[in-house]
This record gives sequence, C-alpha cells and structure tokens, in this order.
Amino acid sequence: MAEGFPDGRLADIEEKVLRGERLSFADGVGLFREANPLQLSSWANLVRRRLHPDDLVTYVIGRNINYTNVCWVQCRFCSFYRLPGAEGGYVLSREAIFGKIQELVDLGGIEILIQGGLNPALKIDYFEELFRAIKAHFPVHIHGLSPVEIIYLAKISHLDEQECLMRLHAAGLDSIPGAGAEMLVEEVREQIAPYKNSAAAWLDLMRTAHRLGIPSTVTMMYGSVETIEQRVEHLLAVRDLQDETGGFRAFIPWSFQPEGTHLPNVKRASGFDYLRTVAISRLMLDNIPNIQASWLTQGPKIGQIALQYGVNDMGSTVIEENVVTAEGAVFMVPLAEIERLIKDAGLCPARRNTRYEILTVSTLARSA
Amino acid sequence: MRSILDQLRQAGLDRIHAKLLEGRRLTFDDGMRLYQTPDLTAVGYLANLARERKSGARTYFVRNLHVNYTNICNKLCKFCSFYAAPNSTDGRGYVLSPEEAAARVAKYSGEPIREIHMVAGINPKLPYQYYLDLLRAVKAARPDAQIKAFTMIELAQIARAAKRSLAEILPELRAAGLTACPGGGAEVFSDRVHEELFRAKLDNQGWFDVARAVHAAGIPSNATLLYGHIETQEEKVRHLLHIRELQDETGGFMCFVPLAFDPGRTELSHLPVTTGYANLREIAMARLLLDNFPHVKAFWIMITPAVAQMALWYGADDIDGTVSHYEITHALGTTSHRQVLGTAELLDLIAEVGREPVERDALYNPVEEPTATGTGSAVAVGYPCRASGAGGC
Repeated sequence: MAEGFPDGRLADIEEKVLRGERLSFADGVGLFREANPLQLSSWANLVRRRLHPDDLVTYVIGRNINYTNVCWVQCRFCSFYRLPGAEGGYVLSREAIFGKIQELVDLGGIEILIQGGLNPALKIDYFEELFRAIKAHFPVHIHGLSPVEIIYLAKISHLDEQECLMRLHAAGLDSIPGAGAEMLVEEVREQIAPYKNSAAAWLDLMRTAHRLGIPSTVTMMYGSVETIEQRVEHLLAVRDLQDETGGFRAFIPWSFQPEGTHLPNVKRASGFDYLRTVAISRLMLDNIPNIQASWLTQGPKIGQIALQYGVNDMGSTVIEENVVTAEGAVFMVPLAEIERLIKDAGLCPARRNTRYEILTVSTLARSA
Repeated sequence: MRSILDQLRQAGLDRIHAKLLEGRRLTFDDGMRLYQTPDLTAVGYLANLARERKSGARTYFVRNLHVNYTNICNKLCKFCSFYAAPNSTDGRGYVLSPEEAAARVAKYSGEPIREIHMVAGINPKLPYQYYLDLLRAVKAARPDAQIKAFTMIELAQIARAAKRSLAEILPELRAAGLTACPGGGAEVFSDRVHEELFRAKLDNQGWFDVARAVHAAGIPSNATLLYGHIETQEEKVRHLLHIRELQDETGGFMCFVPLAFDPGRTELSHLPVTTGYANLREIAMARLLLDNFPHVKAFWIMITPAVAQMALWYGADDIDGTVSHYEITHALGTTSHRQVLGTAELLDLIAEVGREPVERDALYNPVEEPTATGTGSAVAVGYPCRASGAGGC
C-alpha cells in the first residue's frame, strides 16, 4: 500500500465503507483475499468509532461454569468431552456450582456462563431446578446453554424447542451464548462435527429464542478446514438472521485450537488471520453492535491489537475456562490487566452488564 | 486511501506525513508527537511508507545459531536474570572452552546456517587469547557461516583484557573470524536510566566510542533499544536521535532492533510485560526516526511470532531467525509456549501477510536459492541472557 489509493475492488469497498453501505459476499471475499492489515485496521476502526463514538471498550465480570463434561457428540475439534460412562466424566454438584457463584459474587461479578456437554442424564427438570435455585440465592445474570445443548435438552425432555426455551426462560435463563455456531455452513460441519446439529437447526433455535425475547451472542470458529468463501457465508448467515430478529448482541470470532483434538494436523491460525477475520467481521456485520475479542485463544498482545481491528468489547474477565484450556490455550486476563491494556491502547475501559449497558466508566484518564 | 488520510489529519500527523513524502528528516518534536498519538494505525501507516521505500515488500530472515560462551558477568544489571555473578556460589556460572563452543556448533553441521550469533556476560577472568581462540575454533567448525559476535560492552572488556586499544585488537578479531557485531548493551542512552539499572556497565559515551572504533575497523554492527522498564518517551526519542547521529557519522549500522524488556525473574519483576501496542509502536518509531538505517528487526522471540508478523506492516523488514531452545525470554503472551519456528513456518508467517521472504546472511546479502528444508535450523547453544545485556541481537 504505497501512497496511492487501492484500485479496483478495494477502492469500491472503501467507498462503501466510507458511505456506510452494506458489503456484499464478493466484497467479503475480496477483503480476505486482497486487503492488507493497515487497510483493514483503518476501515474497521472507522466502523467501530461510528458505532461506539466514545471510544469505550467494555467488559463484564463473570465466570464460566462447565456443569458437565459428559458428552456424546464427539466433535473432532474438542478435547474437553468424556463419553457417557467413560472415566473422568463429571457433573458438578449443586454445592460446587453455588461455591463458584459465591466466589464470583464476592469479586463483584454479575454474569455466569453455564455451559457443558450433551449429557443424556440431565433433562429439563435438572435445569429448571438449578436456574431457580441460582436466582433464589444470587443476583446474577444467567447466560447459558448453547443452542446445541438446548436442542438436545428439548429432544430428551420430549418438548418442542419453543416450549423448552419458554420453560428455561421462566426458570431464570436470561440469555444464550452463541457457542456451537462453529461454521454455519453444512459442508464444514459435516467434516468437523458430523454428529452436531445442522447450521439450519442452530439458526432456527436462535430465531425462536430471539422471538421469545431471549437475546444471544454468536460465535464463529474459523481456522479448521473451511475456505475463505465459507467464512463469508457464515457472516452472511448471521447477518441475515440479525436482520430478521435483531437478537444478537455481539459477534465473537475465535480460532480453532488444534492441540489435543482429532484434527491435529491443521495448522494453528496466525495472529494476522485473527485480526483480519475480526476486522472483516466488523465490516460485514453492520447490524451487530458489538465485536468481542477472544483473549482466551489469542492472548493479551493480539487481543489488545484487535482493538485497532474493530473490537469494542473484551468479553468476560474469566475466572475459569475449562474447555479452551483443555485444548491448549491457557490465557487468563485479570481485571486490572484488561483495564491496563485498554488504556494502553488509548481507549477507555467501561464495565457493562450482560445486556451491554454501561455500568461504570473508568475514572482514570486515558494514557496514550 | 482516503480513510487513512482522514485518520492522519485527525491524529495531527499530516505535517509529519508531508515531511516523509518529501524525504525530510523527523525532529525530536515529531518523535514526541508520534509517541503520544494513540492511533496506532496512523503511526503504522507512516512507518510502513518508510519501510516500503527502503525494502518494498522484502522481509529478511536468517538461519542462525546462538552460542553464549559464558554467563558469568560482573555488571549485575537489574533487568537481567541470565547472569551469574563472578563470586556466586550457586553453581550456575559456566564458561565454554573454545573446543566446547566449536563442538556445539559442529552438532548442527547438517543445517544450512549462515550466521552464528555469539554473545555472553562480562567475565573478567577470560584472557584476550580466549576470545581469539573462541573465534578461530568456531570458524573452523563452521567455515561457511559468518560470526556475528560481541556487543560493545564485551568489546570494551576484550580490549581491557588485552591491555590494548580497540583499534589494535579489532583487526585481529576480524582475522580470527569476526564478521559483524550485534547491537545489544545499548539499553537506553540516558544517564538516569544508566544510573538506576546498569550503573556498572559501560556508560553511554563509552558505547558510542566502541561503536565508532568497530565501524572504523570496517566491521558493521546493529543497535538496540531496551524498552518497557523505567524509561520515558523523551528518553526513547533522544536514544533514537543519538543513534541516528552516530549513523550519520560512521554509516556502520545495519539494523536497529527494539528489544522488549521481559520482567520475569529480574529485579524488576513487579513491572508488567510489554503490550502488543508497545511492541508495534517501538518498531514503527525506530523506522520513522532512523531514516539512515537500512533495516529494522521484529525479534519474534521477545514479542511473539504473532506480533512479529503484524510488525511487518508497522515498519519491520527483518524477522530474525528460526531460533530454537532460546532461553532468553518467556515471551509472555504468546499464543502458545513454543519457542521454535521452523523455516517453513517462518516463510509462511511472512508470505501470509503479503510480504516477500528473503533469506540473508549476517551482512544482509541475500542467500542464493533459499530452501525451506530443515526444521528449526537455528539453534541456541548455552543460556543466553534475557532481554538484552549480553543477549542483544
């Protein structure tokens, strides 16, 4: 990128970005294939600023609770699960879960992310009782059960999905994490998670949840076996549903972690691949307000640089994360470090709730 | 790119942009303004202009081997966790004999190594003859590789051991096999920082004098800046301008290497690890202020391969080597805890981000017919110093 203006397709894309016009499938592919890091950073930054003009970067104090690791789905990219009956499988006791939540509340936390495996022993009454008990004891927001878990739970509980969602919601489920989206492209899912539900089923569940007033986030796991075109297909599938429901609060791309999985020969995605994917997500997803960094998979250095590539949210300050840790990424970023990194990037840290409402803005001056 | 031009204007960098386009030199005030600009993309864009003007898309790498001939050091720098003090009794101190050093180098005879990077502590017990024997033995073990050895600090010690002037001994060292010198030991050219962190080490004027003598003897070298400890932005700008002035005078510097301080296990372990922003910014600052340096290096071991890859768009045109077993820095913040990059992996990192890999030797001559064979062809031998001091690039 010498002094000049990019010619051809990139110049057209830049025009669209400057005018705030929606980008097409071909634009997305063009960005992946041709744009250099500084172009992506410049454009994604522009869009981030348009959506978040105060230069606030948000985070929430929360913790993950992986209530069970028993799962029969055998995703090839996962090293967390144990098959039913296998050694090492667990279901956390009520006391263990309450203990974890108490620790969080003591630290000023307000959100729990409850996720686990597809464990045939746990039916709707288990979750209803658990959520009611949590809500009765703690002032926390329950962000829990990915679509995969809910679809399975409905099935083994002999409920339709809408009924299942309504009962979970009534019992205390506040919002749904966007996990398990992987790639919302059937050919990719067949290769990496053949027993998992289809892309259409994932999107249907989210559609139903959003209609019932249960918002969610949405993820993308890139860097396994998919093509660039398939990444863009995923982004468009998400954008289309968002046009319809408006229920997605944030988009969270993260890279496949090959270590310890059944796809060990896949090369680990680079820092550049993460940053361009984040930036292109920001540019394509004009209807999703927040792009969240994946500190757990990228580490603090690239996680911070992502703030120049379209990210405006740091997600949850993680106290515990078993799934990614089992796959080899072991980053934990404590609260003070998150604030330091945001300020070091010349931006302003702000604490939010799960609804992305600002609770407190850091009072300390920014440091460049 | 319109969006970038807007960004430059908003960041107040359009005057600096104009200077760069006209080929005019940046001033102290320009340097301060660039350090204080939060918009890293705008700073990176300017640095990339300067980078592409020097090197286009070319990105240099080397197959290198590290030898650290002793860890015994009497400088006791607060930022170092590598050294063993001369009188310490914990058994950590070691000295490699010339034969041992040669034997370690010989172990990698199957690898197409171009550069042997040899640095160490300041060990007052080693006689002048040791250094000559070391160079000869290593050169004999690997005559096809060039030796890049001895920081300015070590050279001052070697002259002291020889009780002769640098002008007298440098031709002898050269004849024994020395091709180039690394840039470590510069730290920060500030009397305040020198007094607080490395008071026993050669002072700033001394570093310049040794570098002058080295360049006068026809031996090129690198230069460094150790950042991320107690230094100020102003001290960093002054450091870069001092180096630029010296380069105007001698023309003997090849590459500038910003070194990220790693506080782990040092006396400054309470300090945080450098951020990704800081890593990219220091690369960009060096490229923008050092208009007379041919190259700026992103040393991936210190800043992680992921950040080094991005640095190729923020001013760096050199990504060092395919080092393994480098016990210098923990590179906290890497996406994994690996410290090995195979040649193929390094080539991928460069090409993936749209840059053109060029294999080089110690003097930045392109190596004919680069091959992607061999695993981690560059290997560290011994226990190099953390974060500069004896370790520096």
